[in-house]
Amino acid sequence: MEIIGIWVAAFLTLCIYSFLYRDNPFYRFAEHLFVGISVGYIIIISIHQGVIPLAWEPLSEAISALWAEIVGTTTPETRNALWGLFRILPIAIGLLFFARLSSRHTWLIRYPIAILIGFGAGVAIPNVLQANIFAQTRGTIEPFAAMNAGTLSVLDTFNAVLIVIGVICTLTYFFFSVEHRGPINWLSKVGIAFLMIGFGAAFGNTVMGRLALLIHRVGFLLNDWMGSIF
Amino acid sequence: MTYNKTFICITTCLLIFLCGTYAFSQEPTFSTPTNVTAKDTPNDDGSSITVTWDAVPEDSGITGYKILRNTDSGEFEEIGKQLKPTATQYKDSEIEKGKTHAYFVQAITDSEALVNSQQTEGVIATGQWFHTGKTSLFIAMIILCAAILVSIYLCRNNQDVFVRRIPGLEAVDEAIGRATEMGRSILYVLGLGGVENVATIASMTILGQVARRTADYETPLRVPCNDPIVLNVVREMVKTSYLDEGRPDAYQEENIFYLTGDQFAYAAGVDGMMIREKPAAVFLQGTFYAESLLMAETGNSIGAIQIAGTDSEHQLPFFIAACDYTLIGEELYAASAYLSKEPMLLGSLRGQDWGKIVIFVTIILGVTLELFGINWITTLLQSVR
Repeated sequence: MEIIGIWVAAFLTLCIYSFLYRDNPFYRFAEHLFVGISVGYIIIISIHQGVIPLAWEPLSEAISALWAEIVGTTTPETRNALWGLFRILPIAIGLLFFARLSSRHTWLIRYPIAILIGFGAGVAIPNVLQANIFAQTRGTIEPFAAMNAGTLSVLDTFNAVLIVIGVICTLTYFFFSVEHRGPINWLSKVGIAFLMIGFGAAFGNTVMGRLALLIHRVGFLLNDWMGSIF
Repeated sequence: MTYNKTFICITTCLLIFLCGTYAFSQEPTFSTPTNVTAKDTPNDDGSSITVTWDAVPEDSGITGYKILRNTDSGEFEEIGKQLKPTATQYKDSEIEKGKTHAYFVQAITDSEALVNSQQTEGVIATGQWFHTGKTSLFIAMIILCAAILVSIYLCRNNQDVFVRRIPGLEAVDEAIGRATEMGRSILYVLGLGGVENVATIASMTILGQVARRTADYETPLRVPCNDPIVLNVVREMVKTSYLDEGRPDAYQEENIFYLTGDQFAYAAGVDGMMIREKPAAVFLQGTFYAESLLMAETGNSIGAIQIAGTDSEHQLPFFIAACDYTLIGEELYAASAYLSKEPMLLGSLRGQDWGKIVIFVTIILGVTLELFGINWITTLLQSVR
């Protein structure tokens, strides 16, 4: 069984790599298979990790608890399960996405969309503000406390000064409502130079990671697949 | 004399032997973990209880701790992993809501003996509506929001707001015009972000502006989506753009479709579309991960004019290398204001610039004060968690 898996994996790997030559039926086959299988997989995952544990189970338990309450066979556990009835509200909001199927009621879809975007922005913005603004500003200033205390080495002092220059210049580049002329223009030019140096380093670093992935795949073809032939 | 010396030697040896025997016969005594308390974890949703105890000296002979818990006065059971000897607290996140939990801490000695602490009082975890640790962040957000709202108000009264030139956005019209002249489609890729992602929201706003122009020019606009919710939002936005331009007949819902939620299957699908349909313009705007170069390189190979934009800093180098124009980080957020020139968005942009000036001043002031040993700005920033 394992050998069949290796052959299928090797065949599909070669099909995908054939794209390097040009578009061809093998690539198209692998592409459509990949897309189709991934969609099916995501649907099943969504049902098992989303719909069943978050909606179906708590709601069905809550309905059973409600019935137990009505017929008088309630216990502390079933009473606790009654909280599940509150899930009707988010489930109903989620079901509004299906309003798209009816042209007359399609406007209803705007409610879950508005809630989701509002929730998403509300959750994301404070985190972004904290991590990208306050933490970074603090990180830029903090080394100067050590510099004042005389505990910073020459190289670290150079780093701290370089970071301040880099942050100020890069920040200047991202001023949009001010015309980039004179000193602002010079500062923003230095800022873009800092950005490009950073991107260059990130590029090299990521390319190394991608090469590692390629080596892993070639290793699979040479060792696992070719090894199974010879 | 000799007798005395021998007697003293024998007595001394005997004393040493007796003392040694006594010393080795005693089990080392270990103090039990002291001041063990269990409290509802502050500033959470009522899903955890924190157990704390006093630290012990390094030479105490304790090699670790175990935490034991009971629920509603039931049997005590060990929870979690064994903790290091330096640990002084444990956050129990696997409690049963609404039930009383009591704990005790078990110290493990180097001879594998177990020493139990006193049992704590029973605790019921409760949720808090306000996270007091984030008060500073809350105040900072109110100030920033106020600055943006004031800017929006001012911009509504004075519509002439300057926005500096962003080359990537000036090329949008050129890209759409090129696609129209060539009679080919435009491919708009929103990346892998969900609807809660800031970059995806910015990308959707740009798409709204692009859709206005494609509605005018009757250029086919293809949008493969990675997320079903993003798909619905995008359909609404594009449809609204076509309606606003008075071209509802030109809107084709089937051109905005769900491809797949899997990262590399999505990349394979988009690449296949690029190769087969050969769009004249490709927009890669939003959140991208490792698939960024796969798409940008394929778009480059078919000769499409490519305008990319993302706040994923690790993918920006690939877009800069493979695309014609790239919106770097915040340029993506500024794009919607730049393209639409709407007073609300322009005001928001100006408000953000005021925020940047505040950061600018804070850094310079903070660095100067730190050099003179004054650290209240750092302390203030440390309080923002």
